Amino acid sequence: MVNLINKYYIYKPQVTTRALKVFNRNFLVFLKHWKSSLMFNFIEPLLYLAALGFGLGVYVEEVEGISYLQYIAPGLVVSSAMWSTSFECTYGSFTRMQLHRIFHAMITTPLSIDEVVTGEIIYGAFKSFLYGTVFLAVVTILGLISSPWVLLTPPLLFIVGIVFAETAMIWTSISPNFDSYAYYFTLIITPMFLFSGVFFPVKNMPFFVQVIAWMTPLFHAVEISRNLAIGQVSVMLFLHFFIILLFAVLLFSFPLILMRRRLIK
Amino acid sequence: MVAVKGKKLTKIYNGIKAVDSIDFEIQQGESFGFLGPNGAGKTTVVKMMYCFSPVTSGELRVLDMEVSKNPSQIKNLLGVVSQDNNLDPELSVEDNLILFASYFNIPRKTAQKRARELLEFMGISEKSDALVENLSGGMKRRLVIARSLINHPRVLVLDEPTTGLDPHARHLVWDQLRYLKEKGLTIILTTHYLEEASVLCDRLVIMDRGKILEEGSPRDLILKHIGKEVIELGLPQETPIDPQELKKRLGDCCHDYRREGNFLYLFTSNGQELLENLPLINIPFSYQLLRPATLEDVFLKLTGRTINGQPD
Ligand SMILES: Nc1ncnc2c1ncn2[C@@H]1O[C@H](COP(=O)(O)OP(=O)(O)OP(=O)(O)O)[C@@H](O)[C@H]1O
Ligand SMILES: [Mg+2]
Repeated sequence: MVNLINKYYIYKPQVTTRALKVFNRNFLVFLKHWKSSLMFNFIEPLLYLAALGFGLGVYVEEVEGISYLQYIAPGLVVSSAMWSTSFECTYGSFTRMQLHRIFHAMITTPLSIDEVVTGEIIYGAFKSFLYGTVFLAVVTILGLISSPWVLLTPPLLFIVGIVFAETAMIWTSISPNFDSYAYYFTLIITPMFLFSGVFFPVKNMPFFVQVIAWMTPLFHAVEISRNLAIGQVSVMLFLHFFIILLFAVLLFSFPLILMRRRLIK
Repeated sequence: MVAVKGKKLTKIYNGIKAVDSIDFEIQQGESFGFLGPNGAGKTTVVKMMYCFSPVTSGELRVLDMEVSKNPSQIKNLLGVVSQDNNLDPELSVEDNLILFASYFNIPRKTAQKRARELLEFMGISEKSDALVENLSGGMKRRLVIARSLINHPRVLVLDEPTTGLDPHARHLVWDQLRYLKEKGLTIILTTHYLEEASVLCDRLVIMDRGKILEEGSPRDLILKHIGKEVIELGLPQETPIDPQELKKRLGDCCHDYRREGNFLYLFTSNGQELLENLPLINIPFSYQLLRPATLEDVFLKLTGRTINGQPD
């Protein structure tokens, strides 16, 4: 239980491998309509790629030594992963929780509320992995990837997907209704999408924007993804990866605590 | 063996006392009911039993385990039918059961077999492949009951199991619950239907405003508070009733009475004799009926209002 009186209290999540049952439930539902949802999800990054790559690419010939299409493709891989996870753990999770009340049903079984939320986060991360990887395959076929190091991108998508899922679940655990998600996307996801170095190098931006970028998981994942795609592997990538891991670990308790507070009265 | 035991059990939701220091003990193999008007605290009591709501104070043990300490172990041995049908609408009827079984770590093969049996048992096997969204309300309820049995529970907790069922379906559910009880399952239910309580419960408590007003077997409670029979009388508009006068004229064979609007209910253990005495009270009744006393009479007498919670 969350004890608010003890200020130095550290939350100890009650999670076992049962959380995977929750993932499994969502995965089974996903299998029923994976074709349409996959299609729908990678059309959008393709549109960005086409519009910006071919449109803007005419004016911007090279960024940091590579073509503009090559520059934005690895970033779009990560951002498409972010969008799909964010949709899943906001609208998707909220529907399951509030409309269908299946979280309530699940916690009458030996599953704990922590395991239910953890299962949702794993599923969110899986979506990031899947949609990002599918888009990665597409840009690879289009010849925009030039290094085998890119094979490390799918696991990266899963790890950074955990962070996207955690932040979305935090919002879901305090969200009063569907409308509130407009704020989440307008205030958090869209700015992150625009200012995390997907479309232009962050280091050309004002200093405070750079500082903010460093505090977002997307920026670090885009840096890693792009450098893997062109085979520029350095110690710097470990630092970026370490920061993503730190986000994943530090954020983990929050959706659990908040969701418990929301559902358990 | 004791299945569930509550001692000074209390639940407070942000200052609202929903359950107020109640004591009860439910034996294994017993079927036990919580009766009470809306807002009495029935759901709150069972939610604490299935480890959903934390106990504010007092003690609650299920199968000899403390609810706050062993929720997973307790929930593993419990079947739960909550007040709302929280089925999974994205899955078929059968998948609802199979997936639910997986939360108990029941292997898929076993779950499939069990699911088929349970759908048969609740009379919905022809809907096995239907989407839950396409079921009628009553079928959903039956599916929720089937789902609660997937793990062969030792104790079955049902919060208003037959709300929304048509009379056929209700009788089917009653028959099946009685069958389970005969097989030794402990059944705990809350209900608004007093007939349901009479049919199913060995023992019950009547709750109101978080407190237990009475406890006993349906039969004993009826005999204690009402007697064997009730005479229902229709009064002419605005007839005043003087309790003293009534007692004097009808004599001892009328234990008590209750008035509700233009109806007068006389409680008795000797209906025939009371009927013969009726002319003594000199009121031209618009209607009269002698019938056996029911739990509803007890309920209305004790809670002093109708089952929907309006004071009379
Ligand atoms: N989550 C909650 N937060 C605050 N108060 C609550 C909550 N749940 C129930 N209550 C209050 O607790 C009291 C008991 O509610 P409960 O749901 O246990 O009654 P009930 O006997 O099941 O009623 P019903 O027959 O309508 O289902 C009511 O006054 C109700 O308003
Ligand atoms: Mg209730």
